Amino acid sequence: MNAWVAIAAIGVGTFAIRASFIYLYEYLDLPPLAERALELVPAAVLSALVAPAVFVRDDGSVAVADPRVGAAVVAAAVAWYSDDILLTIVGGLAALLALRAAV
Amino acid sequence: MSRRSDFVAGVRTVAPVTVGIAPFGLVAGVAAVEADLGVDAAMGFSTVVFAGASQLAAIELLAGDASLPVVVATALVINARMLMYSASIAPHFEGSSGRVRALAAYLLTDQAYALSVVRFREDGTSMPYYLGVASPLWVVWVCCTLVGAVVGARLPAWLPLGFAVPLTFLAILVPAVEDRPSVVAAVVGGAVAVVGAGLPFNLGLLGGGVSGILAGLAAEVTE
Repeated sequence: MNAWVAIAAIGVGTFAIRASFIYLYEYLDLPPLAERALELVPAAVLSALVAPAVFVRDDGSVAVADPRVGAAVVAAAVAWYSDDILLTIVGGLAALLALRAAV
Repeated sequence: MSRRSDFVAGVRTVAPVTVGIAPFGLVAGVAAVEADLGVDAAMGFSTVVFAGASQLAAIELLAGDASLPVVVATALVINARMLMYSASIAPHFEGSSGRVRALAAYLLTDQAYALSVVRFREDGTSMPYYLGVASPLWVVWVCCTLVGAVVGARLPAWLPLGFAVPLTFLAILVPAVEDRPSVVAAVVGGAVAVVGAGLPFNLGLLGGGVSGILAGLAAEVTE
């Protein structure tokens, strides 16, 4: 019972977060600087999603000499040259398995 | 391109990305059942909330008998990053009807946002492509939750499929970093997120995103 109250409340709140600017945007008159801020969202947020998954180990320590770092370097190179998501994923996972086996 | 071919193009783009979602969908199902919440609550979380990190946090808190306001507030703070997605993607949805925008909002996830926002900038296609990207993510998430909840299946630990998720974002990030402000935004955003990785409520991600944007703006103004 408690779980369903939580599910309903989180569901409504999360929908409100997701829908917020999608509905409000046309009523807002954003200054150019705010428009530019929105354009920087992908670079800032994607990097914030990637970096901890690459550099932070399960125990919370930060590591540069880790198979995941090497795999990410390989994947970044694949992404740079191919601009292809599937190739990047396959290349990164293959590099991770290979580096783990080699270490 | 037609609406239909835009939708299909979105489905094609997202297909490899769903591989990384599957293990987390299974965990979302397994976790709810292990917390004695039942298969119905597992499915409730994945269909009504549809946001993995917040689901897992809420399930853990419910299992630990946390009070309802704490559970709800924690989940919503974790999902606060989606305000940035909503604001960033909103200009591309202006032409769509209220109902379609409601569907688009419901389906807004890290992956759906990331895969479509960079594409919008390239050629301006919007809603059909976005829905093509976002819907398969929902289908895979809900199906994997069901399998996890009913079968209790997890993927073997040696198979690092979960790493496909950051690899997806990396694949989108690399071409999106195209000028000095975006480089600064990416470097600062990533560094702050690493430093803040131990913070509760996924605040490292939110803090990384916000400080990356501010640093990128500062780089732009000082140029």
